[in-house]
Amino acid sequence: MWKTILRRVLIMIPELIILSILVFLLAKAMPGDPFTGSINPRADPAQIHHLMEIHGLYDPWYQQYWNWVVHLFHGDLGMSYEYQEPVVDLIQQRGANTLWLALFTMVLTYGIGLPLGMYAAHHEGKLQDTLVRVYTYVTMSIPFFVVLVIGIWIFGYALNWFPTSGSVSAQASGLGGTMLSRLDHIILPGLLGALFGTVNIVQYLRSEVIDAKHSDYVRTARSKGVPMKDIYRHHIFRNSLLPIAAFAGYSITGLLGGSIFTEMVFSYPGMGLLFLNAINFRDYTVITALVLLYGFLNLLGTLLSDIVLSIVDPRVRVE
Amino acid sequence: MSLIEINDLKVHYPIRGGFWNRIVDNVKAVDGVTFNIEAGETYGLVGESGSGKSTTAKAIIGLEKATAGTVMYNGKDVTKAENRRKLDYNRDVQMIFQDSLSSLNPRKRIEDVIAEPLRNFEHLDKEEEKLRVLQLLDIVGLDADALYKYPHQFSGGQRQRIGVARAVATHPKLIIADEPVSALDLSVQAQVLNFMKKIQRQFGISYLFISHDLGVVRHMCKNIAIMTRGRIVEVGTREDIYNNPMHIYTKRLLAAIPETNVNHREAHRKHRLEIEKIYQEQQATYYDQDGMAFPLVKVSPTHSVALPPELAKKFEQQSESKGVNV
Repeated sequence: MWKTILRRVLIMIPELIILSILVFLLAKAMPGDPFTGSINPRADPAQIHHLMEIHGLYDPWYQQYWNWVVHLFHGDLGMSYEYQEPVVDLIQQRGANTLWLALFTMVLTYGIGLPLGMYAAHHEGKLQDTLVRVYTYVTMSIPFFVVLVIGIWIFGYALNWFPTSGSVSAQASGLGGTMLSRLDHIILPGLLGALFGTVNIVQYLRSEVIDAKHSDYVRTARSKGVPMKDIYRHHIFRNSLLPIAAFAGYSITGLLGGSIFTEMVFSYPGMGLLFLNAINFRDYTVITALVLLYGFLNLLGTLLSDIVLSIVDPRVRVE
Repeated sequence: MSLIEINDLKVHYPIRGGFWNRIVDNVKAVDGVTFNIEAGETYGLVGESGSGKSTTAKAIIGLEKATAGTVMYNGKDVTKAENRRKLDYNRDVQMIFQDSLSSLNPRKRIEDVIAEPLRNFEHLDKEEEKLRVLQLLDIVGLDADALYKYPHQFSGGQRQRIGVARAVATHPKLIIADEPVSALDLSVQAQVLNFMKKIQRQFGISYLFISHDLGVVRHMCKNIAIMTRGRIVEVGTREDIYNNPMHIYTKRLLAAIPETNVNHREAHRKHRLEIEKIYQEQQATYYDQDGMAFPLVKVSPTHSVALPPELAKKFEQQSESKGVNV
């Protein structure tokens, strides 16, 4: 087991190197530069030229890349051209915001999705099942940004129940007050995200449970005389939750990646919005740092999933 | 008294159709099956696939809801779930399945697989439970290290023996074996069958042995019923069925057994072709308009056959006149 994990971690190193080179080159390949138009529309081209030189943007790519890597190992991801702040600080602030929202959304999503999926599968083919499936189809077929806009319009403006932008109110004071204000800001986007994002979990769990329900080993358990409720607990629940638990490893990317739609519509200062702005402003340092972070998280998520799977499924385990 | 009495058992599946999804017809998977299993005997149920033998088994153990008919056990009709619970019926009747891999939960260790029925019906502490599981593994000739392995780590024959051990765990009176050896190669078949016989002697268990392999059935069973299209066409002792088959379907089935003696092969082939010719000619007369078998007629005290009405009449007259003579 430890050997497998170690091997997987070692494989991640070349993967990360290749990823970082690719990301670096792609960011550089975008047309434009971080200075034109951002200082002063009438700025002297010679001055911009000078700035580019200072920041080493005329150096050959491998030299720029090498500088970047050296700084990376010193915990320095560079300064954001746009915000004039260290990228590390930016990611810390935005990451915290996104983490709160994403965690809240994830808990709600699983909290709604798992019981619904079980419920539907338990009543397979009956009215209850149909209702749940209609719900998932409806939520799946409405574009998410439309949901967000309508949600913000009804609950934010018309009913005035929730704030419509930002991550914390400027008037909030004290630790408790700030936390409450933060919670107030994530309830609406979190709830909408969960209600309209459960479709995968519900459908996946439903079909898993139905598969398990009709499997031969459940028939065996019934012939042994195991009561149905124990069969659900010991045979069906476990077996059909495992794949979902394993895939939950992937959602680690989402935890820090943020949802661009939600953050745009709610003007929520999270990672998604940061990423989008960075692309618009050719904020190279931020783009490369973020893509590298996402790549790393993705690799980590895959590793986590594999570990979980091998723990729960004896057939996958390498001996 | 018989251990279990199956009386006019029917399992029909509705076919739904039309705009309102109404029941338009029924698939008669099992349509009026009657037989008794005596304590300690092995009863053979033979038929082609789709003949309803597995459905009969499932209805007997309660995995499938019976549409009509009764299964009497200890004087109670166990087609009702309530009676099954009261009698602890599912402790007394266990089942062995054909596919030994898929019928075991892939994420459970053998210890848990075998101990599960014990946990349901007997409340043993950890030590006793483990001891029992070890005993059971020993009975079917598996080592103690099997306890901590998973189903996929065994060969087919070992897995089927685990299935047998699991079925025996609760000391059942009847084990329904649904094609227990059909998925195994011949040498392993013999091994598993011998374990089953050994356990039968040891614990006095009855088997309902379901198979399409007539050779295996002959080896195992004293009484045999032949099923086709949801009905029994011939019931009798091993001798009745193998030496004096009367229904056209049974005859054809028996003719299909390969002959191992090379010298008799040509004769056997001729016999088989002859039967096949008769089958093609007379097939229609042995089934009614709907293609179902006729009701059973007693041709001897132990032997009943689903004969067409004309033939049946002859036999009834014969037995009546005999009755007068005696």
